Amino acid sequence: MTVDRFLTFIRVFLVTMIVIGLLAFVWQQIDADNPFARWRNPGARGLTGDQFKGLLISGLSQGSMYGLIALGYSMVYGVLGFINFAHGEVFMVGAMTGFIASEKFNDNGMWESNFLLCLALIVLMAIFFSTSLAVLMERVAYRPLRNSPRLIPLITSIGVSFFIQNLVLGLFGPSTKSYPRLPEWLSKQRSILTFEIAGTRLMVLVVAAASMGVLWYIVERTKTGKAMRAVAEDKEIASLMGIDVNRTIVTTFAVGGAMAGVGGILWGLMFRSVTHMTGFLPGVKAFTAAVVGGIGNLGGAMAGGISLGSAESIAPLLILEPLGVPGVSQLKDAVAFTVLVLVLLFKPSGLFGERLSSEERA
Amino acid sequence: MSLLEIKDLKITFGGLDALSGLNFDINEGEIVSVIGPNGAGKTTFFNAISGLVAPSEGDIEFEGDSIVGLDPSTVTSLGIARTFQNVRLFPNMTVLENVMVAQHCRTRELIYGALLQTKAFKKEEREIRERAEEVLGFFGHRLIGYRLDQPAFALSYANRRRLEIARAMATQPRLLLLDEPVAGMNPIETAELTALIGRLRTEWGFTIVVIEHDMKVVKDVSDRVVVLDHGVPIAQGSYDEVSSDPNVIEAYLGRPVEAKA
Repeated sequence: MTVDRFLTFIRVFLVTMIVIGLLAFVWQQIDADNPFARWRNPGARGLTGDQFKGLLISGLSQGSMYGLIALGYSMVYGVLGFINFAHGEVFMVGAMTGFIASEKFNDNGMWESNFLLCLALIVLMAIFFSTSLAVLMERVAYRPLRNSPRLIPLITSIGVSFFIQNLVLGLFGPSTKSYPRLPEWLSKQRSILTFEIAGTRLMVLVVAAASMGVLWYIVERTKTGKAMRAVAEDKEIASLMGIDVNRTIVTTFAVGGAMAGVGGILWGLMFRSVTHMTGFLPGVKAFTAAVVGGIGNLGGAMAGGISLGSAESIAPLLILEPLGVPGVSQLKDAVAFTVLVLVLLFKPSGLFGERLSSEERA
Repeated sequence: MSLLEIKDLKITFGGLDALSGLNFDINEGEIVSVIGPNGAGKTTFFNAISGLVAPSEGDIEFEGDSIVGLDPSTVTSLGIARTFQNVRLFPNMTVLENVMVAQHCRTRELIYGALLQTKAFKKEEREIRERAEEVLGFFGHRLIGYRLDQPAFALSYANRRRLEIARAMATQPRLLLLDEPVAGMNPIETAELTALIGRLRTEWGFTIVVIEHDMKVVKDVSDRVVVLDHGVPIAQGSYDEVSSDPNVIEAYLGRPVEAKA
């Protein structure tokens, strides 16, 4: 079949390119003036250890934010079986809330005098607004479509996404909003185990890990989490166990929204800029991360986010530059979606496997 | 007053009467078997009681109050639990979790307690676990020990059936509906489970309704037998009465061919 041949061709091509790129990189590290480098990319100088560590750190911190958003995609997919494309907007609303609040705090001087309190307050506010938005979305847009084919809520979610983007555009305008500067003690470079790491990135890593820990505890160890997993596996049986299915679905949206809200604040503090479009690309990347890790699988979503972030940070210099591709630093997004294509071609159930519900298993 | 009263129950799917004119009571502490050929409406009857299917006419009263139109989760919290003919567990959850989740409607701690690690939360989690182990212990060594932490999909077929009964027991019901509990089991397992059904009444105090095709089981466990055919009750009474009823014999075996002259 031509389609099969075409797919095989893509598989072979991508893997060949990755292998050649890696070999060329290794060769370049050994001998910068080797024949392949002279042919493809005479200007390439390879990577030093510190550069590599820097890329790894930025990839990990970026990736852990993708992971936080991906959790929301994955949880909703697990429970309702559709991709909530508006989840990126929940993240954006978190970042936007953080901006509005922190700007007010900055105006009256509290941002500098009492930074930790401000930080706690903006995180709580972001969680509040993101959670409310996610719950409202479920109630208004998705619950009435509960029993329709899965494609319909999916398309609705795209509509919801545009609606929220434009609502925020209308309310706050198209300009790029900048978070106030972070205090020096937080943002300064630190050196941990020979890794040079900006304090902000360190904070992102710590907060993301803590959030993931809390979520894991809720889902695996508490009654609420067991109810969520039961609803994800079989709604009818879950309700026969005395579980209120609607309430559990609302909880799922709320928890996903809270994670996205935390992610939004981290994003705002790290990149210090937010617009009404901020949710789009991270949202799509997080969706990619959820698929890469195995959709419906929470650990997979976080791991997928981290792998995706690292890949898009490291791969341009590791694989593309030795191949002589021009302008590699701008090819992050291309790398991320190539990773998606690779995963879909080679392991469609994701790196860590999807969690199937009982109907799908049977 | 009887525990469950079925009054003129009628259920229609499109133009088909899955059940009609069903009238009977189930008394506290009874074991009642519902039998009948395939498609007689037995499972539909269970679906109606547990709230999965809405009756077209008639009423179902549990402890004197109508349960028609209630959400399945509310019905469960009132004290009715069931199992399924084709076992429906949560396959990716462990044996223990399957039984723990069934106690959802009997506990009230919320997510805040979990986040703050309150004493009440820890105490309740411990109680849920203890009760789960107690229920699983009812089946002897079969579901405890290393099996507690196995995912349900890894269990043998007979153990899945046992786990489903354990899960129903864990919702702390007063009325237990068992849909073909011994289907697909070998004779030894069947005999064992038949004995367990009796113990469910004597030791746990459940009132039990069983749908069963295995007539030996029906004979051994039931106080009373209700026979359905094409959605209509055709006989009721003790096993001996029912098994000699000509209508029942006809429903199962067909009418004898009349000799033509």
